[in-house]
Amino acid sequence: MNHIRFNLKVYLLRHLQVMLFSLGQLWRQLLTSTMTVLVISISLALPAGLYILLQNIKQVSNQWNYVSQISLFMEYNFSDRQANTFTNKLQSWPEIDAVKYQTSNKSLENFRKLSGLDDLLNNLPNNPLPATIIINIKKDSLNPDTINNLLIRLEGFAEVEQAQFDMEWLKRLRSINKTGQLGIGILTTLLSLSVLLVIGNTIRLSIINRQSEIKVIKLVGGTNNFINRPFLYAGFWFGALGGIVAWFILLLTMALLSAPINELTLLYNSQFNFQWFLSPMIIALPISGIILGIFSSWIATKSYLSNIEPH
Amino acid sequence: MIKFINVYKHYHNNHQALSGLSFHIDEGEMTFLTGHSGAGKSTLLKLIALIERSSHGQILINNRNINGLPQNKIPYYRRQIGLVFQNHYLLFDRTVFDNVALPLVVAGENHREIGRRVRASLDKVSLLGKERSLPMVLSCGEQQRVVIARAVVNRPPILLADEPTGNLDCELSNDIMKLFEQFNQVGVTVFIATHNHDLISTLPYGRIILQHGHLAQ
Ligand SMILES: Nc1ncnc2c1ncn2[C@@H]1O[C@H](COP(=O)(O)OP(=O)(O)O)[C@@H](O)[C@H]1O
Ligand SMILES: [Mg+2]
Repeated sequence: MNHIRFNLKVYLLRHLQVMLFSLGQLWRQLLTSTMTVLVISISLALPAGLYILLQNIKQVSNQWNYVSQISLFMEYNFSDRQANTFTNKLQSWPEIDAVKYQTSNKSLENFRKLSGLDDLLNNLPNNPLPATIIINIKKDSLNPDTINNLLIRLEGFAEVEQAQFDMEWLKRLRSINKTGQLGIGILTTLLSLSVLLVIGNTIRLSIINRQSEIKVIKLVGGTNNFINRPFLYAGFWFGALGGIVAWFILLLTMALLSAPINELTLLYNSQFNFQWFLSPMIIALPISGIILGIFSSWIATKSYLSNIEPH
Repeated sequence: MIKFINVYKHYHNNHQALSGLSFHIDEGEMTFLTGHSGAGKSTLLKLIALIERSSHGQILINNRNINGLPQNKIPYYRRQIGLVFQNHYLLFDRTVFDNVALPLVVAGENHREIGRRVRASLDKVSLLGKERSLPMVLSCGEQQRVVIARAVVNRPPILLADEPTGNLDCELSNDIMKLFEQFNQVGVTVFIATHNHDLISTLPYGRIILQHGHLAQ
């Protein structure tokens, strides 16, 4: 038992040595290594940034998920006294869940709050806004046919000026989302491929540089694993460092963009808060970098090392 | 210990380097492999070290046919063979100590054992005290002795040498030969290829003579 533990310690120690040795090798070729790490970090930061943007768009569109409502803008002569009978009638329809009446004064008040155009509104001779009725549609009736049918029937009433189910922009947002996901998928694949090539090429060059050493190691009985190990660790370091730098790129982007983004979101919706996902990203970026790095160098060693044999 | 049965080797350019070789070398023997340049001496040693694979026939090392050895077992097999090859194969960016230690590092030996064995090995070739030197500052003969120290550092039962005295003057060559005799005296099977007949003509060991890839009678 003691013996096994001792060997394991030696084994781990040896791995640590190789790991640090590989880091030292990268340091010795500072320019090449820096370039490689930068390319990797950009390749990681770009999809990560797009992903963050997309998550935020999704958040916005989810906030509007409950918009399963139809707004009825009533004729101007529609009086509050008529409202009760009208809403009761609508309430009995099977597609309709709840009905809420809002007087024209209330509409004006809401608009005043939202717009902040107090002065202008005070100067108006009379309330230009109609009374509205907001209809919540039952979940199982939320399909285009039923809603269209409903809209036609509602607009058939003489009291109703206009019935509106405004989902167009939401649809657009969702399609942006879908396209965005596809785009991120393609981009990530392409950038991963470029990381693969960049790391692969860097490893290939260092294999060529150390060709005579590799031959000697093979000659004195070094296994392929022994020879591969420093290169795999190099891939590990490239990926890890690239991931960390990518995170700092995100941080920099945030520093530059968060003020204008906040301004923009305030204009539309005060509850919305742009999320930067910095804490999950500081784990996700280096880990994806490491996986990508080890995989790339593994491919590189597989394709180049076996050709090097002593003669 | 080393047994060839009807071994052929042709290279990819269809050049027949060895044809129909059969011979054997007993354990603990010291044997010379001679013949003109291009006779196939290096090729023969490479077959034993599995640097090249034979095209036909059997090569038995310790009664095991090494032709059947899978690629991934070759490193472990090579650890039983000390190689002293023509072009020194030293790493010039590492110290003498690190060069000699390489076979032990590769085999995963621990630190203390590596230090002990490397010093013992350098002592045998009279290079103790040069551990921290870079090979570049050593003379040709000293470099060759570093290669020999590296070849014997993990105490292999077989030692193969290809022209170990190739680019040394005669006096130094005799010293190198004495080294091989010393290893042979402690039981190592030694197999040395050389085209230098003068050097070995007075030595009492067995020899295998090659002529255009065939055994000469
Ligand atoms: N890698 C190779 N490819 C093709 N021919 C080779 C190769 N190595 C050696 N030869 C040929 O095989 C023959 C034997 O070479 P070698 O074993 O080096 O002879 P020696 O060591 O006795 O001088 C020579 O004719 C040489 O040209
Ligand atoms: Mg030769």
